[in-house]
Amino acid sequence: MTLIGRGLALLGLILSPSAYAEWQVNLMPGVTEISRAVYDLHMTIFWICVAIGVVVFGIMLYSIINHRKSRGAKAHNFHENTLVEIIWTIVPFFILIGMAVPATATLIKMYDKGEAELDIQVTGFQWKWRYHYLGEDIDFFSSLSTPREQIANESEKGEHYLLEVDNPLVIPVGKKVRLLLTSNDVIHSWWVPGLAVKKDAIPGFINEAWTVVTEPGIYRGQCAELCGKDHGFMPIVVDVRSEEDYKLWLAEMKQAKAQASDAATQDWTLADLMEKGEEVYNRTCAACHQVTGEGIPGAFPALKNNPIMVAEPSAHIDVVLNGKAGTAMQAFRDQLDAVELAAVITYERNAWGNNSGDLVTPAQISKLKQ
Amino acid sequence: MAQLQNENIKLVRKLVLGSMLMFGFGFALVPLYDVFCDITGLNGKVTRTGAAEPMQVDRSREINLQLIAVNNEAMPWQFEPITAAMTIHPGLTGQTAFLAYNPTGQNMVAQAVPSVAPAEAAEYLQKINCFCFERQTLEPGQSREMPLLFVIDPELPEHITTITLSYTLFDITPQLQASYRNGQPSMRRFML
Amino acid sequence: MGTLEQTVETEEHHGPARGITRWLYTTNHKDIGTMYLWFSLIMFLLGGCMALSIRAELFQPGLQLMAPNFFNQMTTMHGLIMVFGAVMPAFVGLANWMVPLMIGAPDMALPRMNNWSFWILPFAFSMMVSTLFMEGGAPNFGWTFYAPLSTTYAPPSVTFFIFAVHMMGISSIMGAINIIATILNLRAPGMTMMKLPLFVWTWLITAFLLIAVMPVLAGVVTMMLMDIHFGTSFFNAAGGGDPVLFQHVFWFFGHPEVYIMILPAFGIVSQIIPTFARKKLFGYASMVYATASIAFLSFIVWAHHMFTVGMPLAGELFFMFSTMLIAVPTGVKVFNWVATMFRGSMTFETPMLFALAFVVLFTIGGFSGLMLAIAPADFQYHDTYFVVAHFHYVLVPGAVFSIMAGVYYWLPKWTGNMYHEGMGKLHFWLSFIGVNITFFPMHFVGLAGMPRRIPDYALQFADFNAVASVGAFIFGLSQLLLVYNVIQCIRVKRHTTAQVWEGAEGLEWTVPSPAPYHTFAQPPLVK
Repeated sequence: MTLIGRGLALLGLILSPSAYAEWQVNLMPGVTEISRAVYDLHMTIFWICVAIGVVVFGIMLYSIINHRKSRGAKAHNFHENTLVEIIWTIVPFFILIGMAVPATATLIKMYDKGEAELDIQVTGFQWKWRYHYLGEDIDFFSSLSTPREQIANESEKGEHYLLEVDNPLVIPVGKKVRLLLTSNDVIHSWWVPGLAVKKDAIPGFINEAWTVVTEPGIYRGQCAELCGKDHGFMPIVVDVRSEEDYKLWLAEMKQAKAQASDAATQDWTLADLMEKGEEVYNRTCAACHQVTGEGIPGAFPALKNNPIMVAEPSAHIDVVLNGKAGTAMQAFRDQLDAVELAAVITYERNAWGNNSGDLVTPAQISKLKQ
Repeated sequence: MAQLQNENIKLVRKLVLGSMLMFGFGFALVPLYDVFCDITGLNGKVTRTGAAEPMQVDRSREINLQLIAVNNEAMPWQFEPITAAMTIHPGLTGQTAFLAYNPTGQNMVAQAVPSVAPAEAAEYLQKINCFCFERQTLEPGQSREMPLLFVIDPELPEHITTITLSYTLFDITPQLQASYRNGQPSMRRFML
Repeated sequence: MGTLEQTVETEEHHGPARGITRWLYTTNHKDIGTMYLWFSLIMFLLGGCMALSIRAELFQPGLQLMAPNFFNQMTTMHGLIMVFGAVMPAFVGLANWMVPLMIGAPDMALPRMNNWSFWILPFAFSMMVSTLFMEGGAPNFGWTFYAPLSTTYAPPSVTFFIFAVHMMGISSIMGAINIIATILNLRAPGMTMMKLPLFVWTWLITAFLLIAVMPVLAGVVTMMLMDIHFGTSFFNAAGGGDPVLFQHVFWFFGHPEVYIMILPAFGIVSQIIPTFARKKLFGYASMVYATASIAFLSFIVWAHHMFTVGMPLAGELFFMFSTMLIAVPTGVKVFNWVATMFRGSMTFETPMLFALAFVVLFTIGGFSGLMLAIAPADFQYHDTYFVVAHFHYVLVPGAVFSIMAGVYYWLPKWTGNMYHEGMGKLHFWLSFIGVNITFFPMHFVGLAGMPRRIPDYALQFADFNAVASVGAFIFGLSQLLLVYNVIQCIRVKRHTTAQVWEGAEGLEWTVPSPAPYHTFAQPPLVK
């Protein structure tokens, strides 16, 4: 019965103005020369297919309507015709050549090896991206920023549900940007439809892709290769800015980095660290260890009542900073700054009844991070 | 009937043999793939190693070489190139190094795996001596400058002006500890 | 070779044994065919339940019913069960039943091996399904199980998955050997190769494909096994291996595999359309050549599944062109079917309806396949729902519809009773509508940018996903009608003639309905 109910609800959904964002039924033309070329190619082939379909299905429909027994049709008995058969082998061949020519031209354009003005190393992680601007001292992680409550249907979903990140990739407009893709663990695939760039990030190997975006704006994409549990939760956001804005952003990033190291030298209270730690934990750790700290049996260990959380802190710090070999536990040394590391470790040691009372300070972590 | 049975048996023998050959072929695809990669430069597998033959230095071009260090999953070492980029004439022997530091409290063994982009440049980048040729062991708190000696073949196609050389550092300590074969490294085709 | 010693029982005219032993020990091609078909129906329903759980989760954005990891287990198991448990055994079952009847053979050439190749399957699939209850869960890396997700990062149950794949591979290879031996050695006098019914031809070619690629699949899972347990590094970059190598070897198996699932379908449809058009199949010889060319081409197109791994330009071009070439022989087939209908005298019983839907919907799947072959455009389509739409169009209204068409077509021959035509048509129309509502909107969300294998999605994909989910439940529930129709056809006596269909031609229609337990003890003479 619920099915019928759902069906009716759906019918209402279709008939009423859509409750969700605009429908999109076709490829987007995108904002690069390549993406527009791909779009044109896509449309050309699509219309060729439609034309062939109309002819073939048309003849079929004509036969179905006219050559039926109930209409008194008598079966003819032709069953081969060499000329016709040769024609319908050769004609498709020429149609294919007609498709192959523009396809090849577009592909060659994509393989252009010209010099880029900005090189960015993109590393796929389970389940986030890391962007390293080569030649600049900028290196950050970009992970999903949609709150867990929205995913769990506990609060209203935002406009860019699942397509928003904490730190987008910022690039200048009109400049050739080269992306060097690799992976930290399994195979991922970096895909932004608006840029028509999709390339696999493969552990141990480096792949390249490039783009020149012609319009400033925010373009969203997702990981396209199944990479484990949270494959659906590692979006990509590219923020394309004018040359000046991009420069400004560069300067801001560098300043923020300096501030972060200042923050590490300040004194932090347990309450402040716990508050900060909860935020970092839910963003970074909860995907595996769960918000409740109970983990997933057989896959990810529980942190709640975990002896490491209440024993002497150094072992705990070591695991968080350096990861655990042979498991999915990553090294967070570079992924988080000293304040975040200290906060999250402190949080884990004091949340869910792990009342160790320990306070791990940012200063302590900074020293280890040297 | 006996004749039919004979025919059946003969045919089945052939077909079973065929399927066994195909099973073998599946494994033969592994070396075939390497050959294929050699020819096409697929995946930027760098296969040119060893001492360089004297080459004509091409002073008319300068190649921009980018160096990238990547840590695979739970690899806690700090690992970075001493210079992120350098320019060099093809045919000239270049020298640089990567810096590695083991911040943990354990002895660790690492293997660096090189990769080149664009892939078609891979066969023109010859590594004369590379830290990726052998495993690297670092004691707790130890750091090391690991040298890389290379030369770019002047035959490098004209349109390539930038080459990216990346090293991914894998922690192979657990595999070595597992010592499947008397502590021998668990590596099948260790060709680098 | 002990199993081969047995001669074909020609002189004994006893009926089947009684009780469970009939099925356990049977060497009768009709019994084994029946078991294959029931097995495949059970797997179809099981895989279908998994598909419905996937669609239920995707009905709305947000996580409602299952955790992402379980969702991945569902997509993986759904794919594996449908490919290896439903579609392939169904075709083998049809081949078991019909190939001997069509070529005038008394049984399969290797009856005892036939029994083996079936009875391996229930064990293989019990093992595979049991992984759902293991610690760490079932395989969650997709039916394509790309390394290193399926090796270094796999749940412990991967070992059971590997052995299950080994077992079903052995079963398929034995089945294929049997079919080849039957077709090549047991044809009735006068049944020359170019007189073989098309279903037999397509199965002969399919069987050769199976022998060529199932061992490669066995090889690739063996390499995985060695990487996981014996410290080799076939697919691990740290030891000098290469994860992309996995994809090459897998798709070297995988692409011929998809033709293994469609060539017999071509055969079935080529039997059914002439019957109900009351006109000989147009272009018999070109059908055979087209099938053979598709089979040949399937070996040189595999890397079109991997356009985004970063191949050199020449590689991309080669695989793009070779893939596009497949459209030529496939087109020939479609044109031939249409020409067969043209100026025929058509009626539209259930098998014909399924066959017509096959031609139209498979062709739509072919069009999207052609679009996917275009490498630069594939960068946008790759790993999106557009791909999901494409392969479901060729596999569900393609392969699965052809199996249903075949079942309705031959069911009267198997049972001696006519199925209920009205219920058959109802089943067809619900399936046809359900399939299109399910899979057509997937083209849209795919083009709009929805990646495949995700348990939750952005809001702009919501409407079409809801539509697809409703369609999936219509399609899924209407398959209960198939079960009902088959059981009803077995139980309700509505006797039919030997020929069953007015326009049916071929040896299988010369034996009484139901087909006696032993047929063609004396080979018929084919003029």
